[in-house]
Amino acid sequence: MKGNEAIAEAAIQAGCRHYFGYPITPQTEVAAYMAKRMPKIGGCFLQAESEIAAINMVYGVASAGHRVMTSSSSPGISLKGEGLSYMAGANLPALVVNVQRGGPGLGGIQPSQSDYNQATRGGAHGDFHLLVLAPASVQEMADLTMLGFDLADKYRMTAMILADGTMGQMMEPVEIHPREIPECDKSWALTGTKMKREHNIINSLSMDPYDLERMNVERYERYAAVERDEVRYEAYRMDDAEICVVAFGIAARVAKNAINEARGQGVKVGLIRPVTLWPFPKAPLLAAAEKCERFITVELNMGQMVDDVRLAIECRRPVDTCNRTGGVIPSAAEVYSAIMGAQKGGAAK
Amino acid sequence: MSVVFKKPHALTDAVLHYCPGCTHGIVHRLVAEAIDELGIEGRTIGVAPVGCAVFAYDYFTCDMAEAAHGRAPAVATGLKRADPSNIVFTYQGDGDLASIGTAETVHAAARNENITVIFINNAIYGMTGGQMAPTSLPGQVTQTSPYGRDVNHCGYPVRVCEMLATLDGPEYLERVAVNSVKNVRAAKKAIRKAFQNQIEGKGFSLVEVISSCPTNWGMSPVKALEWIDEKMIPYYPLGVYKDRSAGREEAK
Repeated sequence: MKGNEAIAEAAIQAGCRHYFGYPITPQTEVAAYMAKRMPKIGGCFLQAESEIAAINMVYGVASAGHRVMTSSSSPGISLKGEGLSYMAGANLPALVVNVQRGGPGLGGIQPSQSDYNQATRGGAHGDFHLLVLAPASVQEMADLTMLGFDLADKYRMTAMILADGTMGQMMEPVEIHPREIPECDKSWALTGTKMKREHNIINSLSMDPYDLERMNVERYERYAAVERDEVRYEAYRMDDAEICVVAFGIAARVAKNAINEARGQGVKVGLIRPVTLWPFPKAPLLAAAEKCERFITVELNMGQMVDDVRLAIECRRPVDTCNRTGGVIPSAAEVYSAIMGAQKGGAAK
Repeated sequence: MSVVFKKPHALTDAVLHYCPGCTHGIVHRLVAEAIDELGIEGRTIGVAPVGCAVFAYDYFTCDMAEAAHGRAPAVATGLKRADPSNIVFTYQGDGDLASIGTAETVHAAARNENITVIFINNAIYGMTGGQMAPTSLPGQVTQTSPYGRDVNHCGYPVRVCEMLATLDGPEYLERVAVNSVKNVRAAKKAIRKAFQNQIEGKGFSLVEVISSCPTNWGMSPVKALEWIDEKMIPYYPLGVYKDRSAGREEAK
């Protein structure tokens, strides 16, 4: 199954019955899959007139208390920014998928991770975060999609799958099983009062600055719980590691090959792969800084996550970077060379 | 004594924030009366715009969503698709519906989305203090057209009903005004029909209400109502621009 299709099927199995989207490479298979499946299961697929309309249709369904999603790729996600901010302000749960391509601007259509900063900083105006999940396999495309819906409901926030074009387009075996949807209070939803309760209001406007401050502080208390309880990462060959590679998505898979090759040469190197990019796995990285003398970040961008790594390890260790951008994927040889350079105590470049 | 006039149940007790002489209050009341008469309050969800009517969510007793600027028809689409048995309406001004939200308006109409749209056209941005709107008249003086709207520089006003009437999609488009008792009664009838259409599953129904903005037009409330007759209605003629069901009936 293609990664994009795995996301779509997983969403359906997670109880999502509404999808709104707009065609853009390299994520269009999500929409195509939904267009075929949704009518057969009593769901709703609707091709919106724009990314902006799509995210606002998501806002509508989320307001009604139903599971809902949209997907896009980098330029389209920028257009969705407005809606993401309003949904954060209105505390609406939903799933948004970004199968990233190279940027800025129209950029290209090859894989990229250059929306890292956008995704992990909310991506639009105001104080807010998205819960950002970074799959590194087709199986994870499915698993994290399901998890994303659960976490979005639990914390009343938007979850984002931050994949790259490789994850969307590649095919791997995948198992997707229907699962029980956790109980979740949605008494805030717009279902019609039935003349039995006061009206519910879904809104992100507050004219009183103290009121708005209070709501933002309350939101960040929820974020603190997310940072405490929802950090996910993979540690690979880290037990005795002296060099720590940090990479997510396709970059992590490339890095693993390079690490195995370097291990063959006796280099004690391991990988920390953030699965949640926000919340970022700060504690495991800081712990790694106790033993690892050097860090290397591998990214499909000019170096964005590297800042979070430096912050996480409180700049205690040098951090090298191994980046390719514009849709180019770093090769295992390039990562290997960075590891060997780090082992000699200096940057490879 | 019998009660001959009272506040509709569908309006809350909140004090409206609108300026003296503004016609938003009248249109709010007409919408609430229609909701009451059709007995749909418990399953109605309203979508408020950005603009003067942004606080509409505090004024209607039904469930309410506040949309981003111009996006109300998309939000309404989501709400309606989530539960088609609910009655979903948007309440939008001219900047919201005919400028920043043009695409959402046109495509909701093209899809014949089964929602009701109440469109307040007062030819100005009220909330932000009186700037030129997509519906400001040629020559109209506003804060951002201080020498009068120059059509050679910034183009012509948008006639929403006429534009949408070119589409096959929408069920019902009518332009009304609320500057006289006669016009208010006609407006009420149109608004009620726009909700009735949705109940019957007929589709996209939009009522454009020519309204006044005494504050930003720089007129007394009475003079503003006269200006509607003198300037607005000649440019925006009242009437039914589309009524597909009626058309089909006539064809029989």
